Amino acid sequence: MTEIRAETDVLPGVDRAAPLLEVTDLHVEFRTRYGVAHAVNGVNFRVSPGETLAILGESGCGKSVTAQAVMGILDSPPGHVTGGEVRYRGLDLLPLPEEQRRRVRANRIAMIFQDALSALNPVYTVGFQLGELFRVHRGMSRRDARKRAVELLDQVQIPLAKARIGDYPHQFSGGMRQRVMIAMALALDPEVLIADEPTTALDVTVQAQIMGLLAEQQRQRNMGLILITHDMGVVADVADRIAVMYAGKVVEEAPVHDIYARPAHPYTRALLESIPRLDHKGGQLNVIRGLPPALDAIPAGCPFHPRCDYAQDACRHDPPPPYAVAPGRTARCHFWREVVGDE
Amino acid sequence: MFRYILRRLLQMVLTFFGATFIVYALMFANQDDPVQALAGDRPITDSQRQILTERYHLDEPFLQQYRYYMEGLLTGDFGTSLTGRRISDMMADAWPVTIKLALLAIVIAATVAITAGVVSGIRRAGTFDNVTLVLTLVILCLPIVVLAPLARLVFGVQLGWFPPTAGRDASWWALLLPAIVLGSLVVATQLRVTRSAVAENLRADYVRTARAKGLSGRRVIGVHVLRNSLIPVVTLVGVDIGNLMSGAIVTEGVFNIPGVGFNLFRGITTEDGPLVVGFVSILVIVFLVVNLVVDLLYAALDPRIRYA
Amino acid sequence: MRDPGVVTGVAGPAPAADRPRGLAGDAWRDLRRSRTFWIAAVLVALFLVMAAFPALFTPADPRACTLDRQYDGPSGTAFFGYDFQGCDTYARTVYGARNSITVGILATLIAGVIGLVVGLAAGYLGGWADAVLSRVVDVVLGIPFLLGAIVLARRLSQNASDDGVLAVVLTLGLLGWTTAARVVRSSVISAKNQDYVAAARMLGAGPARLMMRHILPNSVAPFIVVLTVLLGANIATEATLSFLGIGLQGDAISWGIAINESGRFVRSAAAPLVWPSVFLALTVLAVIMLGDAIRDAFDPKLR
Repeated sequence: MTEIRAETDVLPGVDRAAPLLEVTDLHVEFRTRYGVAHAVNGVNFRVSPGETLAILGESGCGKSVTAQAVMGILDSPPGHVTGGEVRYRGLDLLPLPEEQRRRVRANRIAMIFQDALSALNPVYTVGFQLGELFRVHRGMSRRDARKRAVELLDQVQIPLAKARIGDYPHQFSGGMRQRVMIAMALALDPEVLIADEPTTALDVTVQAQIMGLLAEQQRQRNMGLILITHDMGVVADVADRIAVMYAGKVVEEAPVHDIYARPAHPYTRALLESIPRLDHKGGQLNVIRGLPPALDAIPAGCPFHPRCDYAQDACRHDPPPPYAVAPGRTARCHFWREVVGDE
Repeated sequence: MFRYILRRLLQMVLTFFGATFIVYALMFANQDDPVQALAGDRPITDSQRQILTERYHLDEPFLQQYRYYMEGLLTGDFGTSLTGRRISDMMADAWPVTIKLALLAIVIAATVAITAGVVSGIRRAGTFDNVTLVLTLVILCLPIVVLAPLARLVFGVQLGWFPPTAGRDASWWALLLPAIVLGSLVVATQLRVTRSAVAENLRADYVRTARAKGLSGRRVIGVHVLRNSLIPVVTLVGVDIGNLMSGAIVTEGVFNIPGVGFNLFRGITTEDGPLVVGFVSILVIVFLVVNLVVDLLYAALDPRIRYA
Repeated sequence: MRDPGVVTGVAGPAPAADRPRGLAGDAWRDLRRSRTFWIAAVLVALFLVMAAFPALFTPADPRACTLDRQYDGPSGTAFFGYDFQGCDTYARTVYGARNSITVGILATLIAGVIGLVVGLAAGYLGGWADAVLSRVVDVVLGIPFLLGAIVLARRLSQNASDDGVLAVVLTLGLLGWTTAARVVRSSVISAKNQDYVAAARMLGAGPARLMMRHILPNSVAPFIVVLTVLLGANIATEATLSFLGIGLQGDAISWGIAINESGRFVRSAAAPLVWPSVFLALTVLAVIMLGDAIRDAFDPKLR
């Protein structure tokens, strides 16, 4: 696909040799009339072309907010990015004026959402919503845009794409709608794709198809994929690396095999133990005691300490830094050695 | 789509017969002296009495009367007023100026309501929004019988900005003040509905998607939010037309605009029964037709209805 | 998508957990804090007192008019001067409150009772009863309100020799129940489908108990709000009908009649037009503000 990309190639500060996407010390807070909620408190991660990073965590841990902050589509107010950097190819996106920022969206970094029915505009045809991208970003005519929209629907394996281009979102099944969403995200050949719980609203059989489609498209296009999910089962098959989030921080980041084999953070360990497993049939499931903290009252020290079996005095006062467990592997736990060592 | 239209048409036929029947029954059923009722308190000659009796078939059973009345309505024969003029002729004279007035009122109201509603919806709880909310509350609470005479007094008589009365061949300019008064009847509700629809749609997931697509703020609002927000506003138009009709009776009376409302007003004050029945029947029909059109428009705007 | 919601959800202030409070209790607590509510309540109370005891506000007799004083300026307790018939404008305006408010309240009560009965029947019985009653509502709504009122008021006042209060009350009551019926019907239907009502039914609660304990309380809040709005509308429509000459009749003292009559003579004196207008607008404003405040208190989602 040889398209003119002049408008984004003139983005000053883009360095082709720099890492694809690098998020450093990102902070986001929500200022409501009840007080300030600290949703994201210093998140770090990095994605390279062709790599899949899974961001894993319970709802409310700040993973969706992180994604929205990276995209620059945080609801503001009440959401505010209060610190950190989001570097795309070396260019920090956060201080960019909105006009330049929006040219990065969909062109360079695209996103798909959880519930495709509500994420698609109910009163426009899918053809219009797909074609809109080409008309706005590429200046195509309605007719050309429509033609490209049909091609895209073909690519995401929607049968009879040509006939369905004039249909409205509610006329598609759940899986097909998610395919439309994916087509929309892929339309402008982004280098990074953020998928926020892309299969949560779907049936299990359809989930597998959608994940397969995502993986296939990622391979073909050599995209960086950020997969946001709370489902450890989804992650194991597709992710290269996993970042586990808790209370707005990445508490552990590691290659997928290491994390499953030897978690280095008590929270990750607890998450793994709470998955029902066939080989442990009849045994007892471990449930994490307590609840995730309210974001306006995150405990001092390590935010996980009230629920942690390893917690000692230090955990109540000193917030653990990201300890380097191994090359390319970090954990925010003072006692990671014990956690890794335990069987 | 087809089934939706069919259902709405059937409903409208039912409503049409029900509504006209009620109007007719209220006029004629169980009257001791229906002829005198038509003429009100004025004395009535024997020949007039005979003409009215024949005209309304008052010597026949009630349902038969209703049948004749409906036949008249459906064939465009609306009767003759006590002054001897045919109602259809009076209507033909009156409609142009009323339509002009109503169009002006609707355009003013819709422009103000949608622009201000969108701005309020975007900047909720801001200064503009708060001021607009208070203003709409005040406008909502000003009955037309207060608004029309006071507007005429202040802007027409005392300040002299507008002509205090508009005659038969009223210019657009002369109709402007009455149109603003009339438009204010519907502007407040339209504005509030636009505002809450915009505020609600702005939080919708598809708006997030639109922003993630890198669309400009203007396009997100103008294309994605607006179209969704106009759907509830369009459904209001049906109700609005009823309000405009009621308002036109008072407004045209106050400003001396010889339109449909003015004629009806005069018919009421001179107790001209046939005129009132004829005009009310026609207005009810217009109201029903407009409501049907609005329903179809609603289907055109919201595909979820169309394919339901 | 989820996270901001969760954030505001958990970030709320811890409720003062003294004792469990129902929706009504919460609503009342919110109402007491609302400035709109207090302004509206004071205004409404003022007009109610004015309607009940007009003599508290003016010693003058509103019917003592002499043409000698036509268009005279303010003097003594005639704060607003005299109108074209030489009547005390202030006294007539004060005495006008009674008819407006009586008509408004009575008509609203009638409409409320009809609406409640029709809505409960349609919502609870469902099926055929619902279909028929809903069509009746459609038919009544098919007639623009004022047009229907013109025909009905004209009919009802034909043989009446009184001041027309009863005719107007009946007119507004018989035409105005549709919204109330729709609101009651839909809240009954939604209550009926709630799991807890289904559970109560399975536990053997009879229809009467279901209705009184589980379904009616659900409909109360929206019903009250609709009635307040209707009260405002009824007061305004009474004035409109009187203005058109088919509402209150003869020598009845009414804001609508005053506006009509003085409107013809505004070039000579504006006060007899302005003051009844202001009082009428304030009454409607107060009632509608009250309705707004109540709705906000009962439905926190709308804020």
